[in-house]
Amino acid sequence: MQFFLEVLIGGLLSGVLYSLVALGFVLIFKASGVFNFAQGAMVFFAALTFVGFTEVLPGWTGLEAGGTAVFWLAFVLALASMVVLGIATEKIVLRPLVNQPPITLFMATIGLTYLVEGIAQGIWGANVRGLDLGIEDVPIEYMLEQHNILISTFDLFAALLAGLLVGSLALFFQYTKVGRALRAVADDHQAALSIGIPLQHIWAIVWGVAGFVALVAGLIWGARNGVQFALTFTALKALPVLILGGFTSVPGAIVGGLIIGASEKLAEVYVGPFVGGGIESWFPYVLALLFLLVRPEGLFGERHIDRV
Amino acid sequence: MFYREAGQFKPSYEADQQIFPIIQDRVGIAIIIAFAALVVPMIASEYWLNSILVPVLIFSLAAIGLNILTGYAGQLSLGSAAFMAVGAFGAYNFMLRIDGMPFLVALVLGGLAAAAVGVVFGLPSLRIKGFYLAVATLAAQFFIVWALVKFPWFSNHSTSGVITAQDIVILGFAFDGPVAKYLLTLAIVIVLALMAKNLVRTSTGRSWMAVRDMDVAAEVIGIRPMRTKLIAFAVSSFYCGVAGGLYAFTYLGTVEPEGFNLDLSFRILFMIIIGGVGSIMGSFLGAAFIVLLPIFMNVMMHGLLGDYISASFGSNLELMIFGGLIIFFLIVEPHGLARLWQIGKEKLRLWPFPH
Repeated sequence: MQFFLEVLIGGLLSGVLYSLVALGFVLIFKASGVFNFAQGAMVFFAALTFVGFTEVLPGWTGLEAGGTAVFWLAFVLALASMVVLGIATEKIVLRPLVNQPPITLFMATIGLTYLVEGIAQGIWGANVRGLDLGIEDVPIEYMLEQHNILISTFDLFAALLAGLLVGSLALFFQYTKVGRALRAVADDHQAALSIGIPLQHIWAIVWGVAGFVALVAGLIWGARNGVQFALTFTALKALPVLILGGFTSVPGAIVGGLIIGASEKLAEVYVGPFVGGGIESWFPYVLALLFLLVRPEGLFGERHIDRV
Repeated sequence: MFYREAGQFKPSYEADQQIFPIIQDRVGIAIIIAFAALVVPMIASEYWLNSILVPVLIFSLAAIGLNILTGYAGQLSLGSAAFMAVGAFGAYNFMLRIDGMPFLVALVLGGLAAAAVGVVFGLPSLRIKGFYLAVATLAAQFFIVWALVKFPWFSNHSTSGVITAQDIVILGFAFDGPVAKYLLTLAIVIVLALMAKNLVRTSTGRSWMAVRDMDVAAEVIGIRPMRTKLIAFAVSSFYCGVAGGLYAFTYLGTVEPEGFNLDLSFRILFMIIIGGVGSIMGSFLGAAFIVLLPIFMNVMMHGLLGDYISASFGSNLELMIFGGLIIFFLIVEPHGLARLWQIGKEKLRLWPFPH
């Protein structure tokens, strides 16, 4: 039982990280109907840019390497780069493709994936870097002693951070003017346009926010597994999370991430040994697929009614 | 300036129902085939045959397969490489385990195995659509590659699942040189491409297009969506499977499951987008473009920049240019090279007059 709980909690915590990546997808899909495959590349770009700045900033400014000032300066600069990247994407890539079929937009974002990966590695190099957020990756002693369950402080911190991010995004969407405009655009582009909401500003903001989410996801993933090219593959794990939760639902991304994270770890531990292991690579997809057969629009997706 | 269709009257139904009803098209295709079969083997170097022409032909076949599914039947798929893998490993196993198995039969059986797998993974398409389906086909992509690695039976217990294709012998003639392999590939691709060209204008092909354009409406007018979609998955996977078999046997010689990764699926998807969705000719143009582009960029880079940049930066630059060009292409001509060819033909028809 304890082992089961440990695996379950470990899975849920890693699921939170999937949710973070999936969140970026959902934001953009909701607002502009673009299935942004480049979100994984953006996570990679963000993490690499942040690490790159922490490396070069001490030399440029004379600040102490590894200090708080460098950390926040690098964070701000990386955030600025992400916002610029997001807005440039919207302006240069997607604006000319307005009204094209969704598959064309999707292909454009795959092209963007190559472009962003190339730029990131071209500027900062392709070495694997460590990223230190100053949180130690040690088990929580209380849980270990009292209940004999191993929970990493780092995972818990990541989960809290993700929760905080989602909470603030929810507040932003619910109570600010921009958030309200965003929801209006997500609901109906034309109706939003007709009451005077500037569609293009909203899209720029969404891409900026998606860049911010990518940065947070990149920092946590980077600190967990090192900043390396493999980060882009996390985007692929976010896809079953999306279809499980529904493309258009922020809570869906969170719940989907938790389900995928937990079930993938449980399946690996309890089912994996019977079939030779390594089933983590495809289990989430098959799970999502089976789930879709029951609910084609995902857990929280909008039911789509076809009319001739 | 250019040829016109006017004045070609058909006295019989047979004449009207040919694959290429216009005589100039027939002559043009015949000239292209004759050139590819007779002149190319004489003038092309071994490098061109092995590393450029054969892969272009094989990827054209895979692109036709995906085009049938995505371009004609409207079902987006990200798992084409996995079906290629089924075809490759299927053909290998049929050759290996059945004595005296003829190569062409093994190739077709490999394709049929891919078709069967394709139907299984096509079943969800009855319930889900669009990007949900695209992500669902990723299940096929990851599951098949995993299964081929995990169960050593498929690769005859070789280490890390690498298989070495057997020699190709047809009716006592060994296809071992680059010219022979090229001609074999060419023959298979021509036959299958003509079949595809024909298939998409039969009632099956028309029901695919009806389902693509609006499946509810198609169902209302009496097209059975389940049958139509599953046939599309089967035929598409068959084409991909045969392409995979050729990929193993006439192109690389040795393949491993990891070679048929998601990246390859994306490249095939790029081929049909760049070439033109819903066009057989576009599949060829797209395949040629995607195969030639990296080679061309590599040559250009070495020629222009030479020693000024490091190898790693060079590969990143290639990545950037590749991605940038894809985006550029989509913005400039979202309907692909086939559409450009069509526009060019219209223009030439009126030339030198503007209207």
